[in-house]
Amino acid sequence: MTMLKIDNLQASVADKPILKGLSLEINPGEVHAIMGPNGAGKSTTGYVLGGRPGYEVTGGTVEFMGQDLLELEPHERAALGLFLGFQYPVEIPGVSFVQFLREAANAQRKGRGEEPYSGGEFLKLAKEKAGLLKMDMEMLKRPVNVGFSGGEKKRAEMVQMGILDPKLAILDETDSGLDIDALRICGEGINSIMRAPDKAVLLITHYQRLLDYVKPDFVHVLAGGRIVKSGGPELALQLEEEGYEAVAA
Amino acid sequence: MSVDLALPTRKDEDFRYSDIEALATLWPVQREQIVIADGCEDARQIVETGEGAVARHLVITLGKGAKLDLRVLTAGPVYGRIAIDVTLAEGADFTLGAAQLATGSETLEIVTDVNHAGPDATSAQVVRTVLAGHSTGTYLGRIAVARGADGTDAEQSVRAMLLDRTATANARPELEIFADDVKAAHGCAVGELDAQGLFYLMSRGLTPPQAKRLMLQAFIAEAFTGAPGEEALSEAALSRLGQLVETGL
Repeated sequence: MTMLKIDNLQASVADKPILKGLSLEINPGEVHAIMGPNGAGKSTTGYVLGGRPGYEVTGGTVEFMGQDLLELEPHERAALGLFLGFQYPVEIPGVSFVQFLREAANAQRKGRGEEPYSGGEFLKLAKEKAGLLKMDMEMLKRPVNVGFSGGEKKRAEMVQMGILDPKLAILDETDSGLDIDALRICGEGINSIMRAPDKAVLLITHYQRLLDYVKPDFVHVLAGGRIVKSGGPELALQLEEEGYEAVAA
Repeated sequence: MSVDLALPTRKDEDFRYSDIEALATLWPVQREQIVIADGCEDARQIVETGEGAVARHLVITLGKGAKLDLRVLTAGPVYGRIAIDVTLAEGADFTLGAAQLATGSETLEIVTDVNHAGPDATSAQVVRTVLAGHSTGTYLGRIAVARGADGTDAEQSVRAMLLDRTATANARPELEIFADDVKAAHGCAVGELDAQGLFYLMSRGLTPPQAKRLMLQAFIAEAFTGAPGEEALSEAALSRLGQLVETGL
């Protein structure tokens, strides 16, 4: 069964059309990368799929895990197995990561009719996933993203992904703001958390470099709000060499 | 200490936003005297979580070098008025941390009158107000620094959060300074919950009420930080916040 089926999706932000007929299918076990120039609609794609208020769908359909995704609230999408990795993770003073993530994980489990994690179970899980991303557990006791460097925020996003264990991860420029070591750690984290026959990843990125660590099965070029070209991993290399303008034309 | 027998009207600045009808059923309000002797320390709490109307008027006298840590939580009364008059002698220290949480057509108010009578005294008021439905929340805070009360350090932090456009927040800081060498800082803000933060939390699986409650918990936390019995105060506030976000949607 197709995991995500986007058909002719159109969306506007503040009455300005951004997505103009985006179509894409993702099957379990696949890693897709959407690449494209600034303003192509990459981040909008992530936000529309995540259900961010202010991103208005004006046409098309999106099916996820057999359900009409666009009918669902953001938290219902999460419970269904969708994870959105933010390009700019939000700082929330006064709320600790541990408290927030335990509540979030248990809300998702409740939505799926599963038993909540006990405090001990959750801490064990959090510690394991933090270790995967080489993140000190102490950092997860701090307020959400407050005082974190750009790279720490992105690693914390991956820890969250590990804890929430989604079916589909949409990762919006997870590679931006990362130094070389952090890029490798995040890439390995994505592989170990999401590389499974029943899971899939949609990487949204400007650059080839993350794709060195997380090898995509399919690469798509987004320009002017729709996918103008699709291919295998070699397309990303071609883009890197020749630029978007030459390839997308 | 005498008691004012005549019921105030809204022309009286200290009662400008009061629910005079509810106040009439409680009038006259007995003054509660709190005296902290020279060099002594104390901590007090006022927790009003019942539904009935309540009005209290504390008159606090702090001797030389005396300290008082006072925390207030008003969450539940249809009308709640907490008036606090404080006089600080040389080197005294007064801390007020207060949270008032209202919904429906409730009217809550905190009125403080802090008098720095002697030099080198310090005072701080942290007031957090959360308002849903058609409720009204008011903080009137006067700080007076007497002639010769040099070395005064007076601080006020006042913030209100509106969960619905139909709620009303009033805040009036007032400074009267007759000494030289005085440090007086005050900040005041009325706002709404950060939409970006809410989406971030919901994208991780929290329901809208859960996400709001978590952010509000962080918002009021500062009022109780460092208090003896901080946890009990937070717990009491949290259960009321849960009701506010359910009805306020």
